[in-house]
Amino acid sequence: MSRIFSYSLTQVRDGLRSGEISAQDATRSCLERIATTEPKLDALLHVAAEEALSQAAAMDKNGPDASKPLWGVPVIIKDVLATCGMPTTCGSKILENFTPVYDAHCVTRLKEAGAIILAKANMDEFAMGSSTENSAFKVTKNPWDTTRVPGGSSGGSAASVAAGQCFASIGTDTGGSIRQPASFCGIVGVKPSYGRVSRRGLVAYGSSLDQAGPMTRNVADAAEILQVIAGHDPKDSTSVNVPVPNYLDALKRCGSLKGLRLGLPKQYWGEGLSAEVDEACRQAVELAEALGAQIVPVSLPHTEYAIATYYILAMAEASSNLARFDGVRYGRRSSQTQDLATMYTRSRSEGFGEEVMRRIMLGTYVLSAGYYDAYYKKAAQVRRLIRQDFLDALFSCDLICGPACPTTAFAIGENTADPLQMYLTDIFTISLNLSGLPGLSLPVGLGQDTGMPVGLQLFAGNMEEEKLLCAAQTLEAHLPKLPETPFA
Amino acid sequence: MSMKISPEKALAIATLARLEISPEQAASLSAQMDDILGYMDKLNELDTADVEPMYTPVDQPGFLRLDEVTKDLSRADILRNAPESDGEYFIVPRIV
Repeated sequence: MSRIFSYSLTQVRDGLRSGEISAQDATRSCLERIATTEPKLDALLHVAAEEALSQAAAMDKNGPDASKPLWGVPVIIKDVLATCGMPTTCGSKILENFTPVYDAHCVTRLKEAGAIILAKANMDEFAMGSSTENSAFKVTKNPWDTTRVPGGSSGGSAASVAAGQCFASIGTDTGGSIRQPASFCGIVGVKPSYGRVSRRGLVAYGSSLDQAGPMTRNVADAAEILQVIAGHDPKDSTSVNVPVPNYLDALKRCGSLKGLRLGLPKQYWGEGLSAEVDEACRQAVELAEALGAQIVPVSLPHTEYAIATYYILAMAEASSNLARFDGVRYGRRSSQTQDLATMYTRSRSEGFGEEVMRRIMLGTYVLSAGYYDAYYKKAAQVRRLIRQDFLDALFSCDLICGPACPTTAFAIGENTADPLQMYLTDIFTISLNLSGLPGLSLPVGLGQDTGMPVGLQLFAGNMEEEKLLCAAQTLEAHLPKLPETPFA
Repeated sequence: MSMKISPEKALAIATLARLEISPEQAASLSAQMDDILGYMDKLNELDTADVEPMYTPVDQPGFLRLDEVTKDLSRADILRNAPESDGEYFIVPRIV
């Protein structure tokens, strides 16, 4: 019983449902795990231990509820998602004392499904970063090697899941912030199609790119979470009103890759890819082929423009979205309030960190008179070309497949001096957000040079998450299991 | 290569964004922004004259909810996180 924390979500859920494990057992096991791992990991910003335990006790009193698919399952939420009555800082000093009065839509869904919200996970400030080094509060470490980053911006979520602090975490992905940390920490991360999961209560960074999704220790667990959080929300006008398939049933039906056309974009498999990532991902592709998949060469010719396109659009949207932090309705207010403009300016400047200021300024510049067409409109046009690349490629294949990141997790401090260098590490993840299509990162092994996890990405057509989950689960079943993290 | 963003320009952009930066920050930000914007000029290699800009991945037309009055949050809840409030309004420094 003491190692409940190491179970998969599906295992613990089944144990909870049968009464073999109580909600309090599951919660206590995770809390104990948090107590032993957190001093080394710094993955969390807030642990709601008392609330979680009292909720678990109340649930145990009534006994398991089979109508609730996540009954008694402790989960951790990235701190960019609003949690009613629980601090939500976005990793920023400007929201240090902010406690939402409502839940994000996906948090509501999790609660309705019986999940226990255990903690809030660390992140790069306002999700701006690829390493979780941009948090205003702490630098999260990778459970596989604490001298390395967990990736970002959902680095706290990835580290917490990999270390067994919870059974699943909700991350958010604007340019790879679920898939890249999942890859760095050896877990599964799903970025759903844009509009599949409501963004209500997700503090906006790039509104046309942001999407919340599951981060879990295996594919079936991700399907369980996605099933709960996916679906239309009338209060998010970008939430798409289409039926949600039964992912769990879909997973039961798949078991072979026979007939699957797997497209390998040449731009993802060449220059800039580290040897160990190339090796591990190629082996996984060979495995897919052995399992019946047909490998198809495809091309995403505008890949080299994706980083410039992404950062122009994301920074433009960020500068507009973050204008709401003005010290009036919530968040930090400076003590210098001699006049309104000074109060705005001082509150923002005291509250925002360096990377956030940089992105707001770049966004302000590309949206300003005289530059709007040259940068913002131009990037929006290239965005269409990038999406068309995906649609064209998906004409000749069912799924697109490539590495999640050019390298395994880099060292803490390695990329902090040069922001552009940090942006360039996002090359394989950001195009997908521009396109709006769904993607999944699956751990496929450890790099032979660093011994760190390597993630393989799969991309599918719009709203085709079940195709991703099916192929990933089949691969997962035939891949050697990753060893336990050094914390185990 | 000429600089797009001089330190003076960086200060002007900061003012537009309601941010206050020190002269040292202006110097380092201007160099970084110049570097980043220089990289973004790569997009000019592409002819996009006939390409419709894509501002969102959502194809569906915006939908409207029924015009029904609902009360989701109380006034007290809405004011709960206000740095300054009198229980009815958000309070800001005097402006007139």
